[in-house]
Amino acid sequence: MNTRRPGLPFSQKYGKYWYKFSRNKLSIVGLVAIAAVVFVAAFAPWISPYPQSAGLYVNFNQASLPPSAAHLFGTDEYGRDVLSRLLFGFRYSLELVVVVLSLDVIPGVVLGLIAGYFISRWFSTLIMRVADVFIAVPPLILALSVVAILKPGGINAFLAIALAWWPWYTRLVYGQASSIRNEDFVHAAQLAGASSTHIMFREILPNILGSILTKVSLDGGWTILIGAALSYVGLGAQAPTPDLGTMISDGSAYLPAQWWISMFPALAIVVVILGFNLIGDGVNDMFSSEIR
Amino acid sequence: MHLNDPIWVQYGYWLQGIFTGNWGLSLFTQRNVLLDVQEFLPATVELILTAAIIDIVISVPLGVLAGRRANTVVDNVVRLISYVGIAVPSFVVAIILQLVFGYTLFWFPITGRLSLGITPPPTITGLYTIDSLLTGNFGTMLNAIWHLILPAFALALGPIAQEARIMRSSVVENLGKDYTLAEISHGMPERLIMLKYLMKPSLIPTLTIYALDISAQIANAFLVELIFNWPGFSRYGLNAMLSKDLNAIVAVVMVAGVMFVIANILVDIVVGYLDPRIRLQVKSEE
Repeated sequence: MNTRRPGLPFSQKYGKYWYKFSRNKLSIVGLVAIAAVVFVAAFAPWISPYPQSAGLYVNFNQASLPPSAAHLFGTDEYGRDVLSRLLFGFRYSLELVVVVLSLDVIPGVVLGLIAGYFISRWFSTLIMRVADVFIAVPPLILALSVVAILKPGGINAFLAIALAWWPWYTRLVYGQASSIRNEDFVHAAQLAGASSTHIMFREILPNILGSILTKVSLDGGWTILIGAALSYVGLGAQAPTPDLGTMISDGSAYLPAQWWISMFPALAIVVVILGFNLIGDGVNDMFSSEIR
Repeated sequence: MHLNDPIWVQYGYWLQGIFTGNWGLSLFTQRNVLLDVQEFLPATVELILTAAIIDIVISVPLGVLAGRRANTVVDNVVRLISYVGIAVPSFVVAIILQLVFGYTLFWFPITGRLSLGITPPPTITGLYTIDSLLTGNFGTMLNAIWHLILPAFALALGPIAQEARIMRSSVVENLGKDYTLAEISHGMPERLIMLKYLMKPSLIPTLTIYALDISAQIANAFLVELIFNWPGFSRYGLNAMLSKDLNAIVAVVMVAGVMFVIANILVDIVVGYLDPRIRLQVKSEE
């Protein structure tokens, strides 16, 4: 079944979204920041001044040097270049965002749609009660304990965060879907004999896409935050993988004298989270009908 | 140990133990987990309560101020603070606070609940501040508060930022509504409008987020207690996780969940007080 409307060229169809997004200059700042982070992460092996610092590498002659022209962000206690490790650290953070969100968004949204559309059926109650159980435990604690019981490491950290995060999508979509399932256009589709799948994905989903996308862009920041927290206590990425959280925790032993080892990674995390938050505000503006 | 039994039977035994006070043996401390939780929980409750109080006391006035002076310098300053507060992870805030106010300025202590040489007050509630107040020992109480400030503030900064933002946008929204206009045109003093008629509806979305943020604070306490060497439940939980102490991990997750549920129920009651429609709706359904 093809219900797509023909006509409007691309620029007119999507131009208004860009217009709304770009009205707030801060959203553009966020977009530029995240684009820059993605760029440097993708090309880290070629951009970073000392790519060997990302791996198993020691150079005690160069250990704990303050920021200088040769090492813009200084070097850590093993003589590894902090800037290079930071650029590689972005890779891990972005991998985390992509893996966690792709594991969470689709199942979370589908479950939420089913629970919201079939609100009076038994499986709706089942889905939401299971989601409530996950929501009752703060995500960070759940992720920490799951990683601890599995085995500390990069992949398990991804899985644990994904496990703790999906119910938030289910709950968001459930709330929205159950409130618009009684709208006239849904009844019209039902009367016309449309299948439940069609109504859920073609009638309801496009109407709540805005809040889902807003949450996705905000969650880019939150997952990095949780990932950094896991690494900070040593349950995330394992040495020598460069990771921002691990760098902060290792470097904070040398505070305050060698502040650059931990403070530059901390600043990097702040920039990424801020970037995702600003984009989230922009996406929110994009889908809101009110004109400010 | 019932290791031969199927998992749901084991779960039954565990549930029975939870209600009869047998929470299983902690492999880490070699004691009943219940004893450990009883010993460590008050310190964390004290910390989170302090953070929650700091949070609401700062964020609501900030939000009201920014909302009333929307799109002015004040508003932009508050917006800047809230962006920074949202983006800086609590463990980074903790490290920076420790560094600035502990190591450099010596204004606040860096670790622990009390200074060396000060005897902890006799245990009544387990909260040092309240215990020392009850026993009339003000010196100890001040010392305990002095130790609480930095970790509590590290926990509170993110939530402050979030709630100030929510509060601001709901104040702005309510300022534009007809009933506010009617109150202004009746010549009501601005103070009364802002602090009573506008405050009640604006607080509702803020409090909803507040309940979620208390959960975030319970979670962030895991890292902040580690940094400030706070002898609390979260640090105990983290040690249990790092040493794969299963009974303790299960208990810690459960207690964290229970704390979150309690916080949510309390906030729901307050929201019911603020919004009569919620109370009346429940009554009319009965």
